[in-house]
Amino acid sequence: MIRINPRITEKLAFAFLFFSTLLILVPVFLILVLIFKDGLPALSWEFLASYPRLGMRAGGIFPALLGTVYLAAGTLVFSLPIGILGAIYLSEYAKDHGFKRVVEVAIINLAGVPSVVYGLFGLGLFVIFLKFGASLLAGSLTLGIMSLPVIITSTREALGTVPKSFREVSLALGATKWQTIRRAVLPNALPGILTGTILALSRAAGETAPILFTVAAFYLPKLPQSIFDQAMALPYHLYVISTQVPNVKLSIQYGTALVLILLVLAMNIVAIVIRARFRKRKLW
Amino acid sequence: MVTPEMKICRPKVTVKDLSVSYGRLESLRHVSFEVNEFEILGVIGPAASGKTSLLRTFNRLNDENPAFQKTGKILLDGVDIYEKMDLPTLRKKIGMIFALPAPLPLSIFDNIAYGPRLHNVWKTSELEAIVEKSLRAAFLWEEVKDRLKTPAMKLSGGQQQRLCIARSLAVEPEVILFDEPCSGLDPIATAHVEEAMQELKAKYTIILVTNNTKQAARVSDRTAFFLMGELVEIDRTQKIFTVPQDKRTEDYISGRFG
Ligand SMILES: Nc1ncnc2c1ncn2[C@@H]1O[C@H](COP(=O)(O)OP(=O)(O)OP(=O)(O)O)[C@@H](O)[C@H]1O
Ligand SMILES: [Mg+2]
Repeated sequence: MIRINPRITEKLAFAFLFFSTLLILVPVFLILVLIFKDGLPALSWEFLASYPRLGMRAGGIFPALLGTVYLAAGTLVFSLPIGILGAIYLSEYAKDHGFKRVVEVAIINLAGVPSVVYGLFGLGLFVIFLKFGASLLAGSLTLGIMSLPVIITSTREALGTVPKSFREVSLALGATKWQTIRRAVLPNALPGILTGTILALSRAAGETAPILFTVAAFYLPKLPQSIFDQAMALPYHLYVISTQVPNVKLSIQYGTALVLILLVLAMNIVAIVIRARFRKRKLW
Repeated sequence: MVTPEMKICRPKVTVKDLSVSYGRLESLRHVSFEVNEFEILGVIGPAASGKTSLLRTFNRLNDENPAFQKTGKILLDGVDIYEKMDLPTLRKKIGMIFALPAPLPLSIFDNIAYGPRLHNVWKTSELEAIVEKSLRAAFLWEEVKDRLKTPAMKLSGGQQQRLCIARSLAVEPEVILFDEPCSGLDPIATAHVEEAMQELKAKYTIILVTNNTKQAARVSDRTAFFLMGELVEIDRTQKIFTVPQDKRTEDYISGRFG
């Protein structure tokens, strides 16, 4: 057997490990560069704030941007309360019996369901069966369900990082379980919960498949007036002007992509800032 | 008339044939004894002799552990704490100080006010009075009175432990359980905590678990020696440390094992 000098293997290992890490950066970098290069020139206040014109070959993306903001807000409304309350129940109250296991497995599976299946599910349940029609309500509910697993999982992780001693101190002072959760556990888990929630929302904001059949409109001449109206949304709008409408200027396509990416990026940065701040303040 | 002698004879906590196990593992076996009102009972014994299990059975913190099982009874003023008392009431009456100082990530003020707020004291003036009184009783007031709004986690270890004592006092307990409260402290901080305990016994019944036999000798009125889940001996501290009845007690306090 050939014995290679461990100094050489060490160098080789380092080189391979570092190279692999570098490879992770390449696509991120390329995506950003390409989209910025072609999209930045299109970006203007005008572009963000005006309606599409000339069959979406000119003008701006205002209705789509607003629709996505509405959808993100709707998703938050439906998924955050249920996600947090469910996670608290599972982590703090549920006994380690069959029911808890079943719910845990269900959550894992829910997280693995492809987004287009959520779209079909939303179409079947909300749009057709519950007769909401293609609407902000149906879309938000669909995206909300899709976001639940991430919110539940990150909430449970955040609850798990709160030291046991905080709970025991609170209980030992005569607190009930709920008082303990409310006053000693949740405040210290909140940053983790918020981070997870924002990441889930940023994913929901960028999804096309779940909104395709449940809310997204090809083109609407006016803004949605209620939660029962259809809306345009950025990811779907991007798909439409890239593949469905001929002769759209490249700068408009890339400009739209850039706005979408900046929106998602901004949400992720907020999550990172919250986490960093908390870590600095945290003393245990 | 209540003389000091009569006070000493009144049992505050009565333990009757208590056995505790976590699943198959037995950590207390058929233990019976009494804790008198306004005394400091020292509990000594080597590691894993069941001292912490005993304290956590007194305030029912063990109830959180699904593997926990117990037989026998614990009475507080004659009332069965497992049958006849709800958890918040019991834990308000029996406070606990943990081995490691455990301030909550709140200000000094909010740490002390945490308990009273649980029990529906919300008026700032009332809370201020409770905070000052509790901090004074724990000998911490002078050191922190000018910075009540600063995070409790910024205090030194010894100060944190006295803060925890003050926090317990703020809910006006009747019995206070100390689980090796000085194990992480230097001698000076230890002296401060012991001083606080000596003052407290005028108004509270104290059970002090310690793996420092000298501390038991210094502080406690009576001392109980536990070994592998059994109560070997309980008697006046002076007697335990001078003429122990059991050979194992003698071996332990003279440092021959454990
Ligand atoms: N939560 C628990 N789950 C399972 N076993 C436990 C638990 N707590 C304690 N035990 C077991 O019970 C026995 C007594 O432990 P306990 O903590 O009461 O001892 P101790 O006298 O306080 O020891 P130390 O001086 O090290 O603190 C040990 O064998 C321990 O392993
Ligand atoms: Mg212990």
